[in-house]
Amino acid sequence: MDILVQQLINGLVLGSVYALVALGYTMVYGILELINFAHGEVTMFGAMIALAVISALMGAGVDLPGVVIALLGLLTAIPACMLLGYGIERLAYRPLRNAPRLAPLITAIGVSIVLQNIAMLIWGRQYISFPPILPQGHHNLLGARITDVQILILITSVVLMIALTLLVKRTQLGRAMRATAQSPQLAGLMGVNANHVISLTFIIGSGIAAVAGVLVSAYYGLAHYYMGFLLGLKAFSAAVLGGIGNLAGAMLGGLLLGVIESLGAGYIGDITGGFLGSNYQDVFAFFVLIVVLIVRPSGLLGQASHDRA
Amino acid sequence: MPTTFRLSLLTALIGATLLTGCSKSGTDDNIVKIGSASPLTGPQAHLGKDNENGARLAVDEINAAGLTLDGKKVQIDLIAEDDQADPKAATTVAQKLVDEGIVGVIGHLNSGATIPASKIYFDAGIPQISPSATAIAYTASGFNTAYRVMTNDKQQGSALAEYAISQLGAKRIAIVDDRTAYGQGLADEFERAAKAAGADVVAREYTTDKSTDFMAILTSIKSHDPQVVFFAGMDPQAAPMIKQMKQLGVNAQFLGGDGMQTPKFIDLAGADAEGAIASNPGLPLAKMPGGEAFKQKFNARFGEIQNYSPYAYDAVYVMVEAMKRAKSSDPVKYLAELPKTDYQGVTGHIRFDSKGDLTGGAVTLYQVKAGQWQPLQTINSK
Amino acid sequence: MTARKSAWLTFVALAIGLALLPFLVEAGLGRSWVRIMDLALLYVMLAVGLNIVVGYAGLLDLGYIAFYAVGAYCYALLASPHFGLHLPFWLLLPMGAALAGLFGLLLGAPTLRLRGDYLAIVTLGFGEIIRIFLNNLNAPFNLTNGPQGVNLIDPIRIAGFSLGKTHHILGFTVSSPQLYYYFFLILTLVAIFVALRLQDSRIGRAWAAIREDELAAQASGINLRNTKLLAFAMGATFGGLAGGLFAGFQGFISPESFNLMESIMILCMIVLGGMGNIPGVVLGAVMLTVLPEALRYVGDLQRSLLGHVVVAPDDLRMLMFGFALILMMLFRPAGLLPSRQRKNEFKHD
Repeated sequence: MDILVQQLINGLVLGSVYALVALGYTMVYGILELINFAHGEVTMFGAMIALAVISALMGAGVDLPGVVIALLGLLTAIPACMLLGYGIERLAYRPLRNAPRLAPLITAIGVSIVLQNIAMLIWGRQYISFPPILPQGHHNLLGARITDVQILILITSVVLMIALTLLVKRTQLGRAMRATAQSPQLAGLMGVNANHVISLTFIIGSGIAAVAGVLVSAYYGLAHYYMGFLLGLKAFSAAVLGGIGNLAGAMLGGLLLGVIESLGAGYIGDITGGFLGSNYQDVFAFFVLIVVLIVRPSGLLGQASHDRA
Repeated sequence: MPTTFRLSLLTALIGATLLTGCSKSGTDDNIVKIGSASPLTGPQAHLGKDNENGARLAVDEINAAGLTLDGKKVQIDLIAEDDQADPKAATTVAQKLVDEGIVGVIGHLNSGATIPASKIYFDAGIPQISPSATAIAYTASGFNTAYRVMTNDKQQGSALAEYAISQLGAKRIAIVDDRTAYGQGLADEFERAAKAAGADVVAREYTTDKSTDFMAILTSIKSHDPQVVFFAGMDPQAAPMIKQMKQLGVNAQFLGGDGMQTPKFIDLAGADAEGAIASNPGLPLAKMPGGEAFKQKFNARFGEIQNYSPYAYDAVYVMVEAMKRAKSSDPVKYLAELPKTDYQGVTGHIRFDSKGDLTGGAVTLYQVKAGQWQPLQTINSK
Repeated sequence: MTARKSAWLTFVALAIGLALLPFLVEAGLGRSWVRIMDLALLYVMLAVGLNIVVGYAGLLDLGYIAFYAVGAYCYALLASPHFGLHLPFWLLLPMGAALAGLFGLLLGAPTLRLRGDYLAIVTLGFGEIIRIFLNNLNAPFNLTNGPQGVNLIDPIRIAGFSLGKTHHILGFTVSSPQLYYYFFLILTLVAIFVALRLQDSRIGRAWAAIREDELAAQASGINLRNTKLLAFAMGATFGGLAGGLFAGFQGFISPESFNLMESIMILCMIVLGGMGNIPGVVLGAVMLTVLPEALRYVGDLQRSLLGHVVVAPDDLRMLMFGFALILMMLFRPAGLLPSRQRKNEFKHD
């Protein structure tokens, strides 16, 4: 029993990180129908920038509690990533707004490669360690262990998701975003500046990505210029699983994917009588994804879309 | 086909020709070119650059001291290429190095790239010394040009198993590998040797060389209550893995191979690294004549040693010593001298068996104590 | 000169050019560039195959490399010491292609209802699943030799004549990469011919109809299921064929050669060149194979221009490649050589 609880905790923490990154994919997709491949790299930049600030502060011998130092790192990373997200949209995507569907996908891949290599030039090829400045304690929960950082990740994710939902559902900006997603032309007629809305979408998504990046590197204790790629891929899968373009879907998809991966790795051996092991963890995750999409072709919470091919 | 297409194709080709044209440097009789091939981009780039730096340090030392072959003063030129740790790129790079007229190559870093490249060097008759490829298949191809100055998976895996069972007294062992050619090879050899010695492998789990989350497999391992968790993989995975073991309260000795016996592992895992044990082929640098000097020279020029640069450094010397004995840098001539290698390097005493593997390669075990890798004992592999 | 005559002349000039190319390249740039050309031809074949799925039928496939892997492993396992089998290439190549085609059907069948990006993620998952199985099927029964890969694969031998060795023919020295070049060139030209004929056939028009509007296509009597499945199977067959050739050419394969980045690269090739248009696709494949290799010389260029290397070329290579992708798309969003139809669409937008 405690094993199952532990695997659920593992899965939920992992899943909430996926969910945070997936939000960025889904927001952009909802409005532009574009897979922003570079989103994972924005997450990586968030982690790297925060780390640079943290190590600079610690190197200067600033006498502040660890949490404050981490917070200062985060507060630098968020606006920096917002700027980055804004820049990516302006330079690489906006000129291609009316281009054939796959053209912005290629620039997205290009941006992703460029960002990785810029990060490599700035921070080197090395893995960088994230100093243990956050509380390192752990607690017992139904026979399983949960650490302070895990609790922090869960709380932050929930707060951000609620805030984002309120933003989209309750505010003027949210209404403009929903209108633009429905039809940019019509929204324009109603006085919505589509360019502003799209820019803001990128800015908000990138800000959340920065938070996710910092949480991930604090959790695992390291950062690397390549870390965004796999994370981005998983998050993108999560967004599709939940129904891409749908905020609640991204959250559900992220959490589900995390739990599926955990349970898959933990129990796949038992399920298959030892024939398959945790080496098939990702097969298991993709298999569930494929089955879900075959049964519900537009994702768990996605609306049956008209032709988007 | 439309004309525009042909024109563009032509332009592309001409462009490529122009780009490459300026690379052709004049051949100089007094220049001996040695290649270094390793990943300089991608996730393993830091290890790749480390190998190149190790080789470069040796080359610069030899040049500074002056090398004379058969009465003629020669200068060694190290040509470093990026194989991206990718088998396909590795063959292209190998051919490129051969084209540039190298007489020997130090590389590649990982077995996956080393094996396909070894065929190209063999076809061209160019000796290859890998500082770090451990897969048994590399020297099992029957190519007389393939050498390594690193123990293979079998040598290291059996030494580690012997240590786990006789010294740590482990009866219940969990094994994790990263499903790379290196990790799987080492883990399989470890498992075979451990089972042969009567230990019980209670869990065999897997991850990838890009993962950072091991909570699920570690939770599963915890339920089997092993005394030793053996990980076959690299430091970027080993460090978060030991951290997560501590988080989950897995009370087992963490044991690993050369992939995690690095300062980076301690840097990344912080206080959680304490007590971890890992092996590395050869003898501790500090115990080797010239080892400390190598470390200081390397630190002064390139910063911290990542992992395999001492092996790359030794590989260059092994190659040049063979040239000296043959009084020639002609690959045909000095290749015949390589099997006779008997060289005291900074990583140990280097001699080759008939396949090109190290003979009786020693394996040293290290433990993290007070934030430093401290040598525990040296085992002579069988 | 009549138009016919001039077409003939260009054809002859092109044929002579392509025939002489490996000798000129080997003499001028070195043998490694002949190898790069061989790989470029394989990528042309792959890009032409993927173009059937993505360019003709409009089905976004991010797991295309899986078919390449199936073809490669089919060849490698049956012509290497792994099982001690050494079947001839003329049996293995069609077999690998057919097997890949079968996998194409396997992928196609359950995904017929999916569209756009949902299809993309399922195909991506499919590609990863194949790679993970190849990486792990060394136990309980050693089928693929796992991450260690398959080594010492037989080179392609035509009636006892091995393409893996240097030969001396009529006083000329012909190296192994040059022999492979001719063999790959012939097969690539056949693949291009088939793809061009397909485009203009009844099937090709049905694919175009599906790509433009599925509902309308169905309404005009096109069997969606069969037509889509055919696109997947055809595209996969090309991939399987190229995979077999790759295995014979390289002599060693391992699962890491068949990762997601490769699928993305092939997609980049066709989008960059001009989706749906064969000459564009060929150009895209050649460019993206040659460009990263050509960028290796940036260091030499710096040395000859500035006297020393300012930034190490390996630090810059992929960076410049990324920028090249972005810039080319910004300036030629429909691809370098767009199909006429797409060009027109783009103007209307």
